[in-house]
Amino acid sequence: MTNLMSSDSPAVPPGTAPRPGPRHTTAAGRDKREIKLFSGFAHVALAIWGLLVIAPLIWVILASFKSNTEIFTHAPFSLPSQISFETYKTAWTEAHVGRYFLNSVFVVAISTAGTMLLGSMAAYVLARYKFFGNRFIYYLFVSGLAFPVFLALVPLFLILQNLGLLNTYTGLILVYIAYSLPFTVFFMTAFFKTLPNQIAEAAIVDGASHTRLFFQVMLPMAKSGLVSITIFNIVGQWNQYLLPVAIMQGAGAEKKWVLTQGIANISVSAGYQANWAALFAALTLSILPMIIVYAFFQRQIQSGLTAGATK
Amino acid sequence: MKHGRYPFIIGFLIVPVAIYGTFVIAAYVQAFQLSFTNWRGFSPDVSYIGFDNFVKLFQDSTFWKAIQHHVLLLIFLPLLTIVLALFFAFLLNVGGGAKGGRTQGVWGSKFYRVVFFFPQLLALALVAVIFSRVYSSDDSGLINGLLNQIGAGPVLFLADKNLALWSILAVLVWQAVGFYVVLFSAGMGSIPTEIYEAAALDGATRGTLFFKVTLPLLWNTLQVAWVYLGIAAFDAFALVNVMSVDRGGPDGATTVLGLEIYRNAFDYAQFGYASAMGVVLFFLTITFAALTLRVTRREAIEL
Repeated sequence: MTNLMSSDSPAVPPGTAPRPGPRHTTAAGRDKREIKLFSGFAHVALAIWGLLVIAPLIWVILASFKSNTEIFTHAPFSLPSQISFETYKTAWTEAHVGRYFLNSVFVVAISTAGTMLLGSMAAYVLARYKFFGNRFIYYLFVSGLAFPVFLALVPLFLILQNLGLLNTYTGLILVYIAYSLPFTVFFMTAFFKTLPNQIAEAAIVDGASHTRLFFQVMLPMAKSGLVSITIFNIVGQWNQYLLPVAIMQGAGAEKKWVLTQGIANISVSAGYQANWAALFAALTLSILPMIIVYAFFQRQIQSGLTAGATK
Repeated sequence: MKHGRYPFIIGFLIVPVAIYGTFVIAAYVQAFQLSFTNWRGFSPDVSYIGFDNFVKLFQDSTFWKAIQHHVLLLIFLPLLTIVLALFFAFLLNVGGGAKGGRTQGVWGSKFYRVVFFFPQLLALALVAVIFSRVYSSDDSGLINGLLNQIGAGPVLFLADKNLALWSILAVLVWQAVGFYVVLFSAGMGSIPTEIYEAAALDGATRGTLFFKVTLPLLWNTLQVAWVYLGIAAFDAFALVNVMSVDRGGPDGATTVLGLEIYRNAFDYAQFGYASAMGVVLFFLTITFAALTLRVTRREAIEL
């Protein structure tokens, strides 16, 4: 790590400071004061933003334990008068958050697995085999990065309708995979290109088939890249909103909604008679798993999500 | 080695290419085609009407409103996000002052980074729901609940025509800053300490360090950030769809192209017209990205 903050070499003793002569002591003193002031200021600024980030989330969790009356009459950050999980029960069953949550898990598990398998297969062939049309297929995939999904919205709806896949998990999963392929192929192609040739050649000499070479030699070697892009795809597909609202609509669609869609709908259709406490419980139920996963994997998640911008 | 090469290549490519071709390439191609029709989804015969959809679009006041909103988002979303993120990243990395000529991060910088980044993990749709409650105009809202306690409220964040879009912009910034703090921190971390040390020895102040050392060396990352945020400014669908009054209101004050496309397609079944909007959105996005990369091009500084 070459981070500035992690430089752990011992501080240079003041005697070797670069400014010689009588000015040295006063300048150093002034520097020190200035540093203290600046670092104090830095802490205040950082703490304020930290608070701005955390406050809404804490507020949501607090409100999820309150009654509707409390939410309206008590101060925003007041503690709930009693801890009851009644609102959670309502959110999970009556507001169907439980179902939406499991739907999301189901769809994302299959579509991310599919994206990674198909994406790395295509990327591997495009990165390491010369054949007629290679560049064309590669650019076909990468060009997908330039188009806004909104442009495809209407035709996508029609294509799914014609295939009888509208409002089905199969349709949604195939669409998730299709729209995740450009970035996955782009990233993994670059990654497979960096892998050394010798090991692949040795495996071929040993009589491994192309398919075995891929699954048993190259994929394990590409593990770090695969992890980053898997995280990137899980988060991206879990958070997807536009595609499900376009695809999962019509009669009987509510049962198949994913979490983002379901929660947004609770909020929009809530109106004036709303049970806000249950909405807050629903929000907490969808935020907490993210916090827990993030607490364990924050490093991998940060590098996975920023992978797109640093490549 | 040669044996079974082509069957293997075809075997590996056929499924991904088929899925991608069906749902992505075919969809984009059809979008351009549909934009020249008046198709409404029901009638079996489709007639081509040339550029009529585009002519209608350019006379549509809602379309121009949406464009205005994108322009505003396009300026302020990248600007605010990048300025804040650069500021915080700089504090995190070199805010701790110089120890014997070595600049270093403030105490607890790792903690701050973890916290700042978290909103990036939340779906925009979810963030939209949270903030539609935070902005609530009565005492149940976070901000107005606090403001009313000191008798300063209520502020109608989403119902006030002049405030609504800015309120939505603030949420976008809230969510994005942490991501760019991490991105810029990584960039700053890869700048060799010696450069800072040398500059500090020459008597450079922190401001000089920032503008003369950090910024130029981060230029490529900043460029990427600007393009990403610009593309986000052309979206904003989830927030507007969930948060705004009457979807895009009040009185069209927050509408964006994505929402108009969705509405025309699925509420009014104006498939041709919605596709024409999509085509315009595509050209706007691609022009923006190309222009940004062109205008901000500089000699890369190799380390």
